[in-house]
Amino acid sequence: MMQKGDSIGSTTVTLTRADLVRYAGASGDFNPIHWSESTARSVQLPGVIAHGMLTMGAAVQLVTDWCGDPGAVLDYQTRFSATVPVDEVAGATLEVSGKVAKIDDDAGTVRIDLTVTDPGHGDAKILTKAQAVVRLGH
Amino acid sequence: MGVNPDLQGRTYPPTEPYVVGREKIREFAAAVQATHPAHTDLAAARGLGYADLVAPPTFLVTLAQRAEAAVVADPDAGIDFSRVVHADERFTHRRPAVAGDELIGATTVESVKTLGGHTMVTTATEITTTGGEAVSTVRSTLLVRGEEA
Repeated sequence: MMQKGDSIGSTTVTLTRADLVRYAGASGDFNPIHWSESTARSVQLPGVIAHGMLTMGAAVQLVTDWCGDPGAVLDYQTRFSATVPVDEVAGATLEVSGKVAKIDDDAGTVRIDLTVTDPGHGDAKILTKAQAVVRLGH
Repeated sequence: MGVNPDLQGRTYPPTEPYVVGREKIREFAAAVQATHPAHTDLAAARGLGYADLVAPPTFLVTLAQRAEAAVVADPDAGIDFSRVVHADERFTHRRPAVAGDELIGATTVESVKTLGGHTMVTTATEITTTGGEAVSTVRSTLLVRGEEA
């Protein structure tokens, strides 16, 4: 029996510069702060950073794995609270975990709250209020 | 130059129709490391009851950002894109987008709030099929940094 507070597990997301270029191409977001070191530094960033939408898109895979149907994700939101610097050699490694935050039996939905941190940068909290509402059963 | 507070409530013309392609879904899924077979394998998608390959939960950002670009490009908006930071994003799906959908996105500025020199611009982009079926709402908030920041 599922209960509020239950863990849905955890996973690691690794991002390299090539992953940022791939996401830029797939999404159409070619903002140079995601691929040009000099541009990123010129706007006071520590270097090239990941697209927030790439982090958001990758983090929800934990929810999809848990519920077994990507189309069951009815609502998914987040705030972007810290940037993810992606080192040219080492890339970036993010820790993603999730837990059951709310069970709505009448609606047949469960809200999963995700935690996404960057252990390489002081465990910075990358996403806040990262919440996915999932329809159960299909 | 600051963000024009009169933007609030303004609706921009819809995008040109966007046809969701199988290869685009596969490409986007690979880019966000989405490994569920319903994104890539037709039999797996149909096995879950979908008509075709299922787009990942954040896929519609591709179309939403095209629609939102109309706001930033509006000369009357006063948004300096080099000062823009993406603050938050939300997808509310009535159903997942699937390959073969022909979609349009239309953006409305829901709110413009200035706080301590920065301005938060929240847009809502309604994604519908060209036949008028509501598919998703994509909300996005841009933080436009003030000159001193």
